[in-house]
Amino acid sequence: MIILQPRKHVSLRLTIAVPILSVLVTLVLGGVIFALLGYNPVQALYEFFIAPLARPDQIGNLFVKACPLIIIGTGLIFCYRANVWNIGAEGQLILGAMGAGWVALSFPETESRFLILAMAVMAMAGGALWGLIPAILKIRFKTNEILVSLMLTYIAALLIDWVVRGPWRDPMAFGFPLTRTYPDAGLIPRMPLPGIGYLGQLHWGVLVAFIVAVAGWFYLSRMLGGYKIKLMGDAPRAGKFAGFHQGRVTIMVMMISGALAGLAGMIEVSANIGMLQPHISFGYGFTAIIVAFLARLNPMAAIAAGLVVALAELGGDAAQISMNIPKVVTGIFKGILLFMLLAGETLTRYQIIWIGRSQKSATTQKIEE
Amino acid sequence: MTTTHPAHKTSPPPLLAGFGITKRFGDLVANQNIDFAIQPGELHAIVGENGAGKSTFIKIVYGLLQPDEGHLEWQGKPVTFSNPLQARAMGIGMVFQHFSLFEALSVMENIALALPPDFPKQDLSALIARKSAEYGIPLNPETVIADLSVGQRQRVEIVRCLLQEPTLLIMDEPTSVLTPQETDQLFDVLHQLAKQGCAVLFISHKLDEVKQLTSRATILRGGVKVAEVETAKKTTRQLAELMVGDKVKGITADTKRKKGKCLYEVRGLIRPAFGPFDVALKGVSLKVHAGEILGIAGIAGNGQSELMSALSGEWRPDQNGMLFTEDTDISRLGPTGRRHLDLAFVPEERNGHAAVPSMTLSENALLTGYDEDGVVAKGVIQFDQTLAMAQRISKMFDVRQPSDDPLASALSGGNLQKFVVGREIIKSPRVLIVSQPTWGVDIAAAQFIRNAMADLARQGSAVIMISQDLEEIFEIAHSIAVLNEGKLSEIFESSKVTAEQIGLLMGESHDLTSGQIPPKTNRTSGKERGAS
Repeated sequence: MIILQPRKHVSLRLTIAVPILSVLVTLVLGGVIFALLGYNPVQALYEFFIAPLARPDQIGNLFVKACPLIIIGTGLIFCYRANVWNIGAEGQLILGAMGAGWVALSFPETESRFLILAMAVMAMAGGALWGLIPAILKIRFKTNEILVSLMLTYIAALLIDWVVRGPWRDPMAFGFPLTRTYPDAGLIPRMPLPGIGYLGQLHWGVLVAFIVAVAGWFYLSRMLGGYKIKLMGDAPRAGKFAGFHQGRVTIMVMMISGALAGLAGMIEVSANIGMLQPHISFGYGFTAIIVAFLARLNPMAAIAAGLVVALAELGGDAAQISMNIPKVVTGIFKGILLFMLLAGETLTRYQIIWIGRSQKSATTQKIEE
Repeated sequence: MTTTHPAHKTSPPPLLAGFGITKRFGDLVANQNIDFAIQPGELHAIVGENGAGKSTFIKIVYGLLQPDEGHLEWQGKPVTFSNPLQARAMGIGMVFQHFSLFEALSVMENIALALPPDFPKQDLSALIARKSAEYGIPLNPETVIADLSVGQRQRVEIVRCLLQEPTLLIMDEPTSVLTPQETDQLFDVLHQLAKQGCAVLFISHKLDEVKQLTSRATILRGGVKVAEVETAKKTTRQLAELMVGDKVKGITADTKRKKGKCLYEVRGLIRPAFGPFDVALKGVSLKVHAGEILGIAGIAGNGQSELMSALSGEWRPDQNGMLFTEDTDISRLGPTGRRHLDLAFVPEERNGHAAVPSMTLSENALLTGYDEDGVVAKGVIQFDQTLAMAQRISKMFDVRQPSDDPLASALSGGNLQKFVVGREIIKSPRVLIVSQPTWGVDIAAAQFIRNAMADLARQGSAVIMISQDLEEIFEIAHSIAVLNEGKLSEIFESSKVTAEQIGLLMGESHDLTSGQIPPKTNRTSGKERGAS
């Protein structure tokens, strides 16, 4: 018989080791899957995880890929710390991109530097609004935020689909569902690195991602607001006793994570696409959930976690091109990784105790007597 | 040490004996080399402070834990109980301190659920009625548990055990939730059981009850058996000394004091019941003055938590005019607003209410201290301040902690309680409102906490103490009121009432039989009834 017993003390070493171990086990299992599919596992893993980093410009692209994951993941950490389960970052991202797009398309001739700031503000407002809906429904009607936020994602996807085919479509796009391209002032330029110059597609949004993660870490670990969030997640009764309001914290974290998802959507479009189209995100809002957990709900660690997950995404593309490995394998990788993380999380908090067979059979004998 | 060998030389083998029972949890030795014996029909107490190893020991006896060393003998033959099922099959029954009853089910349904599958269940309801009447604890098998008082719920648990004709009944802190009258009735039942040959193992830290009920007591301290005594030959004080290890300091409420001005007043507080198991408050009024400790007695589940949430501001009435501190109406103020007015609160539940187990002590100090000067600057928590705050509390209130700033969950219950009470007292509030301040806390810590509250009152603060422990209330409270079914009695001067009178108020209209209890008689100590 197997029993899970809570650990009295969880060491720091274990806390750090478990995510690393989870990644390693995922790699081993991935290798087994490649072998079963008939690919050389060593070569496949190389293509997946080493090849995408072979050239400096590819490293830049890795950061570009990780950028939305880090920003959204940081926002989700706020929610999950407060025990509020926002699954709808994808929809909040879309609303953010639409908010920014509305500003950019409304001022096609402007050259003002403030355009990009206004776009960021509107993006965050749009995302926050989309996050506010499940928060208010949860507080007012006790609805489940997992369900509501997820369903709002589909509404957001249909909404952007409609605007790019209807009111916002570029009349010169030959019937393609695309908006006009943003004015230059609404685009995010590439970021030169001192002494290196441009590195792949590395853009200024990546710097924003780093700032967001560090600021999120500071807020959660050093500020009273972050303390409130953790308190409401860990012990809501104690939070109420301290004089905080659960509803306000729920609204706050949903709006923060919505705003950050919206910001990620704006950066993604302004840096990489330059216009709105039906699909602007490769599921970043969902992938960021894995990032939040891989980071063990620490925004600082979300940087590393975002890079690891981005690597798996890029590796999927590389392996598809060079070895004809289907792209869905990336999804399998993400699935195994999340599974391993959750298992690791459990094993961090509990230890497995085996109750020996001899003892067990003795038990059954006694009962039969 | 009175006796060292558990087996009695001449008599037949004891019903149950333990030899060299040792149990370790990691580095902690919960039980060390404990010898123990109980005779058929004996009333035997296991006495010890919190953390002395009582619970571990009875869990071993009941098969919930296996000893690392040593073994048990049942009627002279070695046995191992790998689980409670085996212990029950041998005839061991146990009534836990915290009952495991389904509130929405009837007495009979609850009992039926707990019986072994092969137990004949036809006529169960008649059997329950007969068994319970036989022992003078009548139970209606059809009553839903939610409608029963705690004492009656305990009877359900006892009858459940009795149906299986036990030869050894383990009672874990059974009187902690009972009124004096209910305790007397329970002791009658236990005496009757013992007379019929059923041994009773009584776990308690209430020493006068141990003396009143049992003939022998095994005393544990720090996991070690320090003595096995005949209870009749020891005074309560001697037992307490054996249990605690050094002299017990008694304190008494100083009665010579003049009434200060009224610092906290409740006028006709009404709170509706929000759930099926909530207790509505029906017009509670009280006043507490500077320098006064007001004890609010009552059995758990009579509106204590509802009253506490209203006093602290976690729940607020819809209109003004119900709660005042001096002349300020605080009815609509939340906990933070009330703390600004120098009020402080300690709710009953340490884990997850008064403190957060998964946070450090300094973070727990922040819980009610974030509004103090210099603790939070521009939204940034000053961790050197919170740490200093936690260390000041720990130092002043003798909180023993494994490291500089441990998680609250790393502290024992008594130490964490000292911390959460100390956290509030250290602010020298004008009014301290505290619920069950020494619940589940060892004697030394409890004494410390009571002293601190008495000191606070002596310095001119007012204290409202909601407690189930009558002894505690009589020890330090200047005035007493009883909360029963959401209604508060008038306030009595504690020097002018007896525990008996308060106990009657506590049990009023609650207890089916309270009108019929015979006047309290002086009980013969259990020693004549011990061996049969």
